[in-house]
Amino acid sequence: MSMTEPSTLRAWLLAEEPTSRRQARAASLYQGWLTLRGNWLSMIGLAILAFLVLCAIFAPLLATDNPFAQDLANRLKPPGWEGHIFGTDSLGRDIYSRLLYGARISLYIVLLVAMVAPLVGLIIGTIAGYVGGWTDTILMRITDIFLAFPRLVLALAFVAALGAGIENAVLAISLTAWPPYARIARAETLTIRSSDYIAAIRLQGAGPVRIVTRHIWPLCISSLIVRVTLDMAGIILTAAGLGFLGLGAQPPSPEWGAMISEGRKYILDYWWVATIPGLAIFAISLAFNLLGDGLRDVLDPKGGE
Amino acid sequence: MATQSATRNGRSGPAIPPVIKKLAGTLATVAVTLLGLLFVTFMIGRVMPIDPVLAVIGERATQAQYDAVYLEMGLDKPLIVQFGIYVGDVIQGDFGRSIRTGQRVAEDIARVFPATLELATLGTLIGVFLGVPLGVISAVRRGSWIDQLARFVGLIGYSMPIFWLGLMGLLIFYGILGVVAGPGRVDIFYDGIVEPVTGMLLIDSLIRGQFDVFQNAFSHIILPASLLGYFSLAYISRMTRSFMLEQLSSEYVTTARVKGLSEWKVVWRHAFRNIRIQLITVIALAYANLLEGSVLTEIIFAWPGIGQYITTSLLANDMNSVLGGTIVIGTIFVALNIFSDLLYRFFDPRSK
Repeated sequence: MSMTEPSTLRAWLLAEEPTSRRQARAASLYQGWLTLRGNWLSMIGLAILAFLVLCAIFAPLLATDNPFAQDLANRLKPPGWEGHIFGTDSLGRDIYSRLLYGARISLYIVLLVAMVAPLVGLIIGTIAGYVGGWTDTILMRITDIFLAFPRLVLALAFVAALGAGIENAVLAISLTAWPPYARIARAETLTIRSSDYIAAIRLQGAGPVRIVTRHIWPLCISSLIVRVTLDMAGIILTAAGLGFLGLGAQPPSPEWGAMISEGRKYILDYWWVATIPGLAIFAISLAFNLLGDGLRDVLDPKGGE
Repeated sequence: MATQSATRNGRSGPAIPPVIKKLAGTLATVAVTLLGLLFVTFMIGRVMPIDPVLAVIGERATQAQYDAVYLEMGLDKPLIVQFGIYVGDVIQGDFGRSIRTGQRVAEDIARVFPATLELATLGTLIGVFLGVPLGVISAVRRGSWIDQLARFVGLIGYSMPIFWLGLMGLLIFYGILGVVAGPGRVDIFYDGIVEPVTGMLLIDSLIRGQFDVFQNAFSHIILPASLLGYFSLAYISRMTRSFMLEQLSSEYVTTARVKGLSEWKVVWRHAFRNIRIQLITVIALAYANLLEGSVLTEIIFAWPGIGQYITTSLLANDMNSVLGGTIVIGTIFVALNIFSDLLYRFFDPRSK
């Protein structure tokens, strides 16, 4: 086996001396995966997430009813009642079907915030770190100001100004979520900035924009990814909180937080209406927390707190 | 977390003592941060799609009335001047008038704030009294069942929507078991019979000697406070654990053990003593977080505090109240952050 070509994919991935750049990259990914796989809690998190993503993708196939179809004759029926696995809500809508469609909304919000906030943080952090001087001072002071605010209250105020709705909720959460990313990106930039290879590129005539976007950004990505995964649960909970307050997705949208808010009135007599969407939120944020812990160990071996 | 690098000092000159210099730097930071907070709320007030003049005079006013109020509110002046006026007003404690209640926002907030303070304080106390010992024990017995339990409890706390947990608490402890009282601060029968002193019902009823009110108020507050306490417990115990682990692995602990000190003395007299300042920092932050966490909790428990005030005002498009509430919570948040930062700087010899 030592002299011949590695016969299996596994052997190719675990080769001692990779022969191409592609093989080296694939090998490091694979080793990361092996470490992650050893962490069974993270695997549970990953499984829950995969399940929820599948639910969201195949919601039209899995749903037993139209999530918006009202059936006032069958209001507030308990779980298991005539084909309604999780019962019906106050307008007779099937809770199971609404949950499936609600998964789409939650994942949509999380993905949008997870793209917008780190990007804003990355741009601000790398500019501050690379340019330095006054620019750095001003940008970091703004970052500190945003960091010093309570996030939910600030998001509330933003939504109040922008108006309720999913997109505005995403905007409000992103506006309050970017500062930690800016901090991380700045710290990474400061260590990279003075390294020899940046000096070499600069001597070759690369401008600041090219250096930052092509040579600094790629190196900031992995620490940002760790942070994003750890933040996902917080994003879900904030979004659900806004939905609960009636400031996120608007009715009749099956957003989970809004569903809890609807069920709140009936909590003492019809417990399932509010309980079941809450369990869904709990499951998804628990999954992100479990996965985030494992990813941190893989991508950032020195990390932790 | 917020002010780790917030108070960076320049190179200290020879003439001014470093303590003064540090203080001045911190004060400048506080001022800039608070000004930033005001700028953000000011801008939010600007981009809002509600006409502030119409909100005051109503839809049916004439153009002449509209123009008069427009000038009176200073809306014709440049933005920067308006911002200056706004800052001046806020510094004097004037957040404008609430459209919903018709009262001054500052008075409204002064009335509702003690309820939040009471809830958040009791929550933090619960979090500290359970979280600190839990953190210490799980550090000492690392990997044992109690450590696993602490980790599990923390994980659940970080993943659970607080408003949902509140609903479940109401369902189980009020609806099914009936061991606590339901939403609200006190039963309607006891409402308003205690003359306010501090505005905090538990303390006021004790001062006035009305123990039946105290008992009733306690049965109302215990569920929401335990809930908030649980969330701060998750944070406090995790931080305590990591602080303790750091201490327990240092050499002076080994020395103390070699000397033959009892485990109790090693843990509490030596290791724990060294994490006290760090712990106070963490507790201050947990307290600040609870003030924020109480927003959603207050809705669930119909608790007449600042969180409920902000959200009801928000739904009524009453921006003065929303922004006033945001400024108050934001200022306390900043103050607690700075306080813990200062504490750390002045009492931990290593940070000098």
